[in-house]
Amino acid sequence: MTLLRCHELTVRFGGLVALDRLDLELAAGEILGLIGPNGSGKTTFFNAITGIYRSAAGRATFGEHELTAMSPQRIYGVGITRTFQRSRLALPLSVFDNIMIGNHRLLHHGLAFNLFRRRALRAELEAHVDKARALVATFSKPLAARLFEPVATFSMIDRRRIEICRALVSEPRLLLLDEPSAGMTHEETRELMDDILAARERLPGLAIVIIEHEMNVIERVSQRCAVLNYGRKIAEGTYAEVAAAREVQVAYLGTE
Amino acid sequence: MKKEGVPAFAGTTIPGLAGIAAVAVYSYFFLHAESQAAVLGLVAAAVIGVPVLGRLGWLSRVGASLAQHRAAGRIGIAVALLIVIALFRSEHFAMLMLASVLFYTIACLGLTVQFGYAGVVNFAGAAFFGVGGYTSAVLGAQLPHIAVLVIGGLLAALLGSVLILPILRTRGHYAALITVAFGILFRTFIEVNDALGGPQGLQVKGMNLFGWDLNTPIGEWSFYANYVLVALALAALAFVLVRRLERSWVGLNLDAVRLDETACAVFGIDVARWKILAFTIGNFLAGVAGAAYSMMTGFVAPNSFTFADSLIMVSIILLGGVGSLWGVALAAAIVLVLPEKLQALQEYRFLLYAVLVIIILLARPQGLIPRRARDYFA
Repeated sequence: MTLLRCHELTVRFGGLVALDRLDLELAAGEILGLIGPNGSGKTTFFNAITGIYRSAAGRATFGEHELTAMSPQRIYGVGITRTFQRSRLALPLSVFDNIMIGNHRLLHHGLAFNLFRRRALRAELEAHVDKARALVATFSKPLAARLFEPVATFSMIDRRRIEICRALVSEPRLLLLDEPSAGMTHEETRELMDDILAARERLPGLAIVIIEHEMNVIERVSQRCAVLNYGRKIAEGTYAEVAAAREVQVAYLGTE
Repeated sequence: MKKEGVPAFAGTTIPGLAGIAAVAVYSYFFLHAESQAAVLGLVAAAVIGVPVLGRLGWLSRVGASLAQHRAAGRIGIAVALLIVIALFRSEHFAMLMLASVLFYTIACLGLTVQFGYAGVVNFAGAAFFGVGGYTSAVLGAQLPHIAVLVIGGLLAALLGSVLILPILRTRGHYAALITVAFGILFRTFIEVNDALGGPQGLQVKGMNLFGWDLNTPIGEWSFYANYVLVALALAALAFVLVRRLERSWVGLNLDAVRLDETACAVFGIDVARWKILAFTIGNFLAGVAGAAYSMMTGFVAPNSFTFADSLIMVSIILLGGVGSLWGVALAAAIVLVLPEKLQALQEYRFLLYAVLVIIILLARPQGLIPRRARDYFA
C-alpha cells in the first residue's frame, strides 16, 4: 500500500531549484534511504513534506491528504514526525517535557482542564509518564531513570535518543530521520540504529525515510535507496544497485 | 550511621524554616532601620553575607529543605509574613511598602507568564497596570469593587489584544519595540484626554469589598494594613494560578513556544494560540494589580504609568530570575523598598536599577532564585 506519493515535487529559493520535479513513492512499513552529496536537496525534501517550506509546483500526498496544502501542525496531526540534522530539543526542559512536546496530539490542552481539573490532569500525566518511560527504556535504561532532568545535562547520543523518542511517542505512520549519525561514533550509531529498529517492531506499518552519509548505516537498515543530486533524483533501487550506478559514482566522486 | 560533616537536621524542615525566619528577621530590621548608616549597614551585610552563605553551602541546604517540604515552607512563609504585618501594623510607611510590593508582584507574575514562559516581551507593563488604575478611577464610584478589579483586568487584556497581530508578526527586538511604542502611546493618550483628567489625573475611591471599607483603619492599625491583607490574598491567588499554569500541558506549550517555534510547528503546537493566551493572561493580571493598587493610592495620573515604570517591572523579572515565581516576589521587594529606604539614592533610583540589572546579568544571569525544571507533581 502506498503511503507517501510525491509527483514532480519542486521547491525553489529565488532562482535556485532546491528540489527539482521529484517523483517518489513509499509504502507503509518501508525503510527508504535518502542519500546524495551536501546541498542535493535531502533536507529540503523533509522540509517540503513537513510543511516548513512551500513547494513551488508538484504534489505530495500522504494517504488521502494533500501535504502541499497543509500547515506543519496539520501534517503532524496526520502522522508524520521527524528529527533534525542539528538537534532541536528544548535544552532547559526535562527529558519528559521534550518527549511530551512530541506527544501534543494526544494531550488535553483546554485552559479550564489544565487549571481546574487537576485530578484528571494528574491521572493523564501519570499515564504519559509511564508511556514515556517505557519508550525511553527501549533506547536506554539509564536514560529512562533520569526522565525529569534537563536535556542540557545529557550527552550527544542521549539527546539523539530523546529526539527520536519525541518523534515516535505520538505513534506516527511516517518517521523522517535527518542524519541520525551526525556527531556520533560508529559504535554509537550502530547501537542507535538497533534501538530504532527495535522500537519499530512495536509500531507496525511505520515507514521511515532516513537521510544518512554513513553508507554502512544505509546499507544495513534501508530496503530501498533514492539518490539526489542538485535537487534531482538520479538513481533509485536497492543499495547494491544504487552504489553501482554510474551517475551516483559521478555525483560522489566526480569524473576524470 | 551518619556520615561525617552531614548535620543531623539535613533533610528535615529545620534549614528551610530557619531560612524563612532569617529573611523575616532581616526584613524586620530593614523596615525598622531609620538612620542611613543602619540601612547601608544592612545592605552591606546582605551583599556580603548572602554570597558567603552560598559558598558555605547553607543556601543550597535551605533550598533543598524547602523543595522537600513544600507544605511546611508555604506555612512558614505565611506565618512569617503575618508576623511582620502584625509588628508593623500601625506604621503607614511599612504597610504601604509591603502592599506595593505585593501588587507589583502580581503584575510581574503576569509578565512572567508572557516573557518567562511564552517568551513574549512586554515593555508596556506599566501601561496595562495603568489601564486597571483608570478603570478603578472611572468605574469605582458606580460598580462593586470586586467587579471593578475583574473589569480592570479584562480591559487590560482587551486593550492588549490590539497588540496581538503586530506581536505575532515580529520577533525579538521588533516585538519589544512595538510594546515600547504602545506604552508611550498609552501615556500620551491619557495625558491629552480631558475626560480622563489629563496630566492631573483622577481621584480613585478607596477599596470597598462587600461593605468592608478598607480606608477605615481597624483600631490602632494603619489603614494600609487592610490593603496588605487584600494584596496578600490577591497575590496568593495569582501565584496559585500561575503555578498551576506552569505545571500543566499549557505551561509546557508556552515553554516550547519560547524555546523553538520551528520544532513547535513540526509537533503540532499552535504558536499563535499560546502566545495570545500568555499575553492575555499576563495583561489581565497586570490590570487587576493596577486596579487594586490605584484604589490604595487614591489617585491615578499619566506620570505613574511611564515607560520607566515598565522598565522597573522588566528589571524585577530579570533580577528575580526569568520564569521564577518566588524570584519575582523577592526582586519586587528589593527593587521597590531599597530606594525608599536609601534616601540618598531616591534621585538616582533608575541608575540603581540599571546597575542592579547589569550586575545580575553579569554575575548571575539566571537570577537571584533561578527557575527550576518543571515538576508536575510537586
